[in-house]
Amino acid sequence: MPSEGQAPFIRIEGVTKDFGKFTAVKNVSLDIFKGEMFALLGGSGCGKTTLLRMLAGFEAPTSGRIFIDGQDMTGVPPYERPVNMMFQSYALFPHMSVEGNVGYGLKHEKVTAKERTDRVRQMLDLVQLTPLAGRKPHQLSGGQRQRVALARALAKQPKLLLLDEPLGALDKKLREHTQFEIMSIQERTGITFVVVTHDQEEAMTLANRIAVMDHGEIRQIGAPTDVYEFPNSRFVAGFIGSINMFEGEVTKNGAGLTISVPTLGGDITVSSDAAAVGDKVTVAVRPEKIVISRDRPEAVNAISGVVRDLGYFGKDSLYRVSLATGALVSVNSVNISRGGTAKTADWEDKVWLSFDPSAAILLKD
Amino acid sequence: MNRRPVFLISCLCFGFAFFYIPILSLIIFSFNRSRLVTVWGGFSTQWYGKLFQNDQIIKAAVLSLEIAVVSATLATILGTMAGITLARFRRFKGRVVFSGMVTAPLVMPEVITGISSLMLFILMAEWIGWPGSRGFTTVTIAHTTFSMAYVAVIVQSRLASMDAAIEEAAMDLGARPWRVLTDVTLPVIAPAILAGWLLAFTISLDDVVITNFTTGPGATTLPILIWSKVKLGVTPDINALATIIISIVGVGVVMAGIIMHRAEARRERDIQMAIAAGQ
Amino acid sequence: MIEGQAGKGSWFNRRGWRDLIIAIPYGWLATFFLLPFIIVVAMSLARRAEFSPPIAFLDDWPFVRWDNFARLFNDSLYIRAYLTSIWNAGVATFFCMLIGYPMALGITRVGKSWRNVLLMLVILPFWTSFLLRVYAWMGLFGSNSWFNKGLTSIINTVLPADMALRSLPMMNSNFAVVLVMVYSYLPFMILPLYANLEKLDNTLNEAAMDLGSRPWQVFKDVTLPLSIPGIIAGGLLVFIPASGELIIPSLVGNASDPMIGRVISDEFASARDWPMASAVAVALLLMLVLPMMVYSHFENRAQAAGEARP
Repeated sequence: MPSEGQAPFIRIEGVTKDFGKFTAVKNVSLDIFKGEMFALLGGSGCGKTTLLRMLAGFEAPTSGRIFIDGQDMTGVPPYERPVNMMFQSYALFPHMSVEGNVGYGLKHEKVTAKERTDRVRQMLDLVQLTPLAGRKPHQLSGGQRQRVALARALAKQPKLLLLDEPLGALDKKLREHTQFEIMSIQERTGITFVVVTHDQEEAMTLANRIAVMDHGEIRQIGAPTDVYEFPNSRFVAGFIGSINMFEGEVTKNGAGLTISVPTLGGDITVSSDAAAVGDKVTVAVRPEKIVISRDRPEAVNAISGVVRDLGYFGKDSLYRVSLATGALVSVNSVNISRGGTAKTADWEDKVWLSFDPSAAILLKD
Repeated sequence: MNRRPVFLISCLCFGFAFFYIPILSLIIFSFNRSRLVTVWGGFSTQWYGKLFQNDQIIKAAVLSLEIAVVSATLATILGTMAGITLARFRRFKGRVVFSGMVTAPLVMPEVITGISSLMLFILMAEWIGWPGSRGFTTVTIAHTTFSMAYVAVIVQSRLASMDAAIEEAAMDLGARPWRVLTDVTLPVIAPAILAGWLLAFTISLDDVVITNFTTGPGATTLPILIWSKVKLGVTPDINALATIIISIVGVGVVMAGIIMHRAEARRERDIQMAIAAGQ
Repeated sequence: MIEGQAGKGSWFNRRGWRDLIIAIPYGWLATFFLLPFIIVVAMSLARRAEFSPPIAFLDDWPFVRWDNFARLFNDSLYIRAYLTSIWNAGVATFFCMLIGYPMALGITRVGKSWRNVLLMLVILPFWTSFLLRVYAWMGLFGSNSWFNKGLTSIINTVLPADMALRSLPMMNSNFAVVLVMVYSYLPFMILPLYANLEKLDNTLNEAAMDLGSRPWQVFKDVTLPLSIPGIIAGGLLVFIPASGELIIPSLVGNASDPMIGRVISDEFASARDWPMASAVAVALLLMLVLPMMVYSHFENRAQAAGEARP
């Protein structure tokens, strides 16, 4: 969806937020486009929630500016912004019914009573809560409360919807279901969504673009595949998914890079030319991109080792293979055949690991 | 959210002025040379000097302290038992009556508590010959009854918020009921028990109405003495006495506040350091 | 612990233990609280006697006499005293709420370290002697005190010159009683209100603002309705002791317009009419039972709502 020439719907320009001596957000600049489902991903204290609260208007940036739909939001209080938020705790008003909660925001708009009830009906239909309209929040399950919160935030038809850890309080089964529900509501309404989450899986499935944050700074922005397959730093590579990282030095450039990696006990070929001979680099390989076999494979990058540890997860297994140098490599292997893992390798088996030169990621920091 | 709540802050200023201006005025006029309390006649500490020569006041203060210590201690023991009963024993005969008796003194007007206690003591003396005279014993009993309710409520709410699993853990590790009580429950609720004692002590030390009904000749507590003097009007020596009492209480409360605040700050710092060390 | 299972899994399930811990406070309260209470109720149905103790109900037994209660309605002294008590206590409660609510709300809005200081400043007068706090006002009410003079000159600025007052007759008036009651009971209003307001989830305020409410509307729609339990608790903590108050009206009140506490005390001590004093006391208690029931109703409802939440 982000295309050159299209004006950004939300523009965050050099925004910094200090709380006393602590800087929560450091000089962040970011464009979000209309209709996007954008995720701010990071660990606790990375500044993602502060950034979200600045979009909602609960915090004022120490410096920098935020534009929503071309309008400068500096000094605009939360109640005058075309933005609504779904809170992490849902923040449902305990003394109002489901209907009262969903209709609350419309009280402050110039709409007739009939329009208001119609809109509330419509919203309750959207989240399938019409039969529970008269209930109070404490009479609802966690999943139902989450949907009330969503309906309440959508009722005012905001230009931008902010979701703070929308799935955080739900159990695992309900999460998957709700995830798809949120996506379908976003598609139907066409509203721009900004989601804050610490859960990389949630960010990857929900969002079409992700900003990975750390210590108040944005480390990488891109589509889920970009940040997973082409991380630009050791931090992003390590934060999203699990990964094996080895340090080495480039020894030859031609038909890919040849890198000497002491921990792997030899040379590795990586299909890239983004480094020069003599550069110190990190080679990173995702566990699922490594093939494990009993016999020596016909591959450019092949290393032998011994299975030290193995975890069976049903659909796949995780191996920890120790190399002659003492290094440990994680390998993820899908269990294609029935009958457990024993067919591929077992504890203390001697195995071969191999990966394609294009599977390895070259990191320079 | 970032705006200063100007209206609320001015309300706070007004409220605290309301709280403290009368007390400040009282303290200032205790240093008045003039016998008239309300008109300033120059600085003097003569009323304080006179106060310390007054045996009656010192005797009354000692009696008040004795009653307060004894009744607060009794109230703490009885109130802790009552609190444990209410929080931990869900079912026994007469539970409703019991919980009613524990909480009723909190809302009973003091006059009624006072006259009912007095009638009891007089009728008991009539029927069983005890108490022979009213004084230290009767006042202490009345104070204990009244203030144990406060202790019971404090202990009960502390027990209610305490994680019952730690008692079960102690039992699981082999502690017998008595050991669970002494090793786990009482140490955990100790701050609540201490707070209860302090409250009972203060209530006893401060009480006028119930004491007025249940005391007898020769047993004048400090509040009763002040009460009998104040009824006749405002005099500077009462101002001086009030200043002394308020200073002692004020210093005590502020010190307790600082100690509690320090302990809290230390706890928070320890928690933060533990978290930092864990990372 | 599972309710109804009599502390199964609780530490002292041993009978001897349990019984002792229950029996000691039970016995004490039965003797020194319940028994006197029963005596008051029985006494209210008895007849006054000339000898000591001045009662004669054992002679009439088992005939219950309602004379004392009938007198409550026939003698205007009692009805006026009840009305004065309710009025004074009600007005004092109202002003405590008016002053206490913004103070409690203000304390929740300041920084954490300030909050502890302010709370201590609220509690501090509460620990100092009640009697002395009333006494402090006696000095201020006097006709030549700085307070009375200041207030008089403020009032004189709005009054025409020929009606100018020399001083305000504040001492021994209902105004004085209400003012001192507000002063004495204000902490009882602020503390439960603060406890209630402090527990309110600030994200609810943010949610209301996010949905378009201005600060005043946030207060009206969210804070105020959610603080009703605190208002009721604080209101009762002020109203109940204030309506039975004895010290304040005795020191700064108008003796010809007494409050009910004074009437009970006078009947008992001066008139030596124990049965009548008891009847007045029982009637006062009945009058207070209603607001207490309202309170426990709200308390239970709040608890039920709290328990329904996971």
